[in-house]
Amino acid sequence: MSSKTFRGGVHPKEYKELTEHLPFEYFPAPDEIILPLSQHLGKEAKPLVKKGDEVILGQLVAQPDGFISAPIHSSVNGKVLSIGKEVTPLGFPKDSIVIKASENSVDKKFSFVPLDPETVTPDEIRQRVAEAGIVGQGGAAFPTYVKLTPPKDKLIDVVIINGCECEPYLTRDYRFMIERPDDLISGLKLIMKALGVKRGVIGIEDNKPEAIKILSHKVEYEEGIEVVSLKTKYPQGAEKMLIKAVTGKEVPPGKLPMDVGAVIQNIGTAIAIHDAVVKGEPLTHAALTVSGLGIRQPKNLYVPVGTPIQNIIEFCGGVTEDAVKIIVGGPMMGIAQYDLQAPVMKATSGILILTKKEVTESEETPCLRCGQCVDACPLNLMPTKLARYTQLKRYEDAEGIGITVCMECGTCAFTCPANIPLVQWIRLGKQKVLQMQKERTEN
Amino acid sequence: METVTTIEPKQKVYFDLTISPHLHSQWSTAKVMWFVNLTLVPCIASALIFFGIQQILIMLVAVLFAVGTEAAIQAIRKKKVILFDGSAALTGLLLSLTLPPNFSLSATAIGSVVAIGLGKQIFGGIGYNIFNPALVGRAFLQAAFPVQITTWTKPNYAVDSITSATPLAAFKFDKLLTETYSLAFGNVGGSLGETSAIAVLIGGIFLIAVGIVNWRIPVSMIIGMFVFGGALWIINPQQYPSPVFQIFAGSFLFGAMFMATDWVTSPITGKGMWIFGLGISLVLILIRTFGGLPEGVMYSILFMNAFVPIINRYTRPRIFGEQKEVKK
Repeated sequence: MSSKTFRGGVHPKEYKELTEHLPFEYFPAPDEIILPLSQHLGKEAKPLVKKGDEVILGQLVAQPDGFISAPIHSSVNGKVLSIGKEVTPLGFPKDSIVIKASENSVDKKFSFVPLDPETVTPDEIRQRVAEAGIVGQGGAAFPTYVKLTPPKDKLIDVVIINGCECEPYLTRDYRFMIERPDDLISGLKLIMKALGVKRGVIGIEDNKPEAIKILSHKVEYEEGIEVVSLKTKYPQGAEKMLIKAVTGKEVPPGKLPMDVGAVIQNIGTAIAIHDAVVKGEPLTHAALTVSGLGIRQPKNLYVPVGTPIQNIIEFCGGVTEDAVKIIVGGPMMGIAQYDLQAPVMKATSGILILTKKEVTESEETPCLRCGQCVDACPLNLMPTKLARYTQLKRYEDAEGIGITVCMECGTCAFTCPANIPLVQWIRLGKQKVLQMQKERTEN
Repeated sequence: METVTTIEPKQKVYFDLTISPHLHSQWSTAKVMWFVNLTLVPCIASALIFFGIQQILIMLVAVLFAVGTEAAIQAIRKKKVILFDGSAALTGLLLSLTLPPNFSLSATAIGSVVAIGLGKQIFGGIGYNIFNPALVGRAFLQAAFPVQITTWTKPNYAVDSITSATPLAAFKFDKLLTETYSLAFGNVGGSLGETSAIAVLIGGIFLIAVGIVNWRIPVSMIIGMFVFGGALWIINPQQYPSPVFQIFAGSFLFGAMFMATDWVTSPITGKGMWIFGLGISLVLILIRTFGGLPEGVMYSILFMNAFVPIINRYTRPRIFGEQKEVKK
């Protein structure tokens, strides 16, 4: 079977061998959890509890505020300690609910009424997904309910499950595909039902032959569902790249996947949807990979949302002496951490502890105009020019060659032999351009 | 707007906090430069085999003066002196390989000083020059020492029929065609590093394989040669040599692999690289066929170097999803 793909991209060393063979383990409830009110794109949730309140596992502690928002549930049994600014893995503090876990009340638990996947209606699925607080597990944390509610004029004809896991190190989605293929397919069918779509595709990079084999076998008798093998190349899992590889269609700049008739959901999201609908479980746990050469015992874990990174690192045996960087997310788009009290959030897919050997930083030199960033950019942008225009404060020129199209996948900076922090410059330029555009519309 | 309040970290860790991506390819500027130097080893070897071990002196002088000039100018400009990034050494080495055997060492030194001084540092150093520095140095020497730079030595292991004249000159002025296997092997007259097509190709293929050289430039040059040179050859095979000869003779392959592909002075877009490569071949055919000189790789590359900024400007790739009708 030949593998489909897109133009451009890079192939970083995978490091998946560190964790791909390790089944998920349950992380025990920590002493204290920190639940940021904004674990999703869109408006912050509004807290429903106050200091001193007793809460149980699965209890709604904050409700959505507006259409693009999501509710938050407690991931432990305990007592609310405080509500206020706490550090988050995003790099800046956000309003959060801090809950002190109680010791001897583990069996109390809130769950929804389980629904029968055969008889459930599209509206019931959407409602359940909304009240379970499910957000995109791929990293962007977009409220899933919104994605399942496209405007009436958009014709959706395919649901693509993103099983690429193109970020190095991460093996969470892979473990899901190996350990819970039936739940995954059930989740996909619920998504298809909610959207009224007949075609479902599970796209998997060809470095996961085991997952491709298992799922291909499972969907053999499922009508309208197919498994597509994709070339192992970063960023194959980016929405635009995945749609291009699977359907051949290109999402135009500034448009959404639904504009070309596609809805993308992550593997973890499909599983969460299955759990919410069929088992009645709200999203209280994050499945993630703890890896990197800097952690003593790499693991795949189910972690209560809100668990501080520190606890997880300790659970995994601590860091090695030569660790230099702690990242939440994947190594290509994740965020370096400065405070280990930062909690795991709903869409946290990995915690990586990297050593000097892995980050290979060398000195920055002037641009050599080698064109490798241009050749590698999956969106056909000219990263070196975007960065240059930003340095020169020529924001109009940067806008003219498409700076706002950039998705900050990091392919350019990965490939740059001159070690120019291209993503950093482009991000700055993008912000300036967006500000400029905003002012333009206001005037 | 987000209001940012600062909170004193409870668990302060002093780790790297640079932004994504946190991984990087194994290449750096210095590594690339040294790797290119390394891929010139076959050419150095062919120079020493065919023109004598003493040719190493020309290379050493060229490299030494190139690195020295670079360091001196960086010191004068109060910039950080970077001696070991391999780029000045590469310019010197490339320059030396384009010089005729037994070329004057003092002239070589002058060539290196000009290459780095006028070719590179005057524009602001690495990354900022418009013209290929080694070729700027060579062009200067061509103007300053026109006789010495066209005085060729008969190579070792030469076939009897081969004279000290270069194959291109022999064809241009005497209509003598050199056998292709001699051109491939390298026992013909010519500049130090360019005579052996095999040596050039070994280095060049390595560069393409590791991704330092973008294949589009050498490939488009070769295709250009087949198209433009082939057209002339078809018109009159007595008057004009075959495109195969055009490709193997002179410094065409050396230029295609090591000179035209210089990162700084070639286009950054894929389409631009095609235009650049085809342009070099076109200009080269015009010089070789209708000009007074038998060879013109140097001038054609320098000529096209001048167009690189404008080529880049007009060959911006189509942004993903742009101007393409969305099929519903």
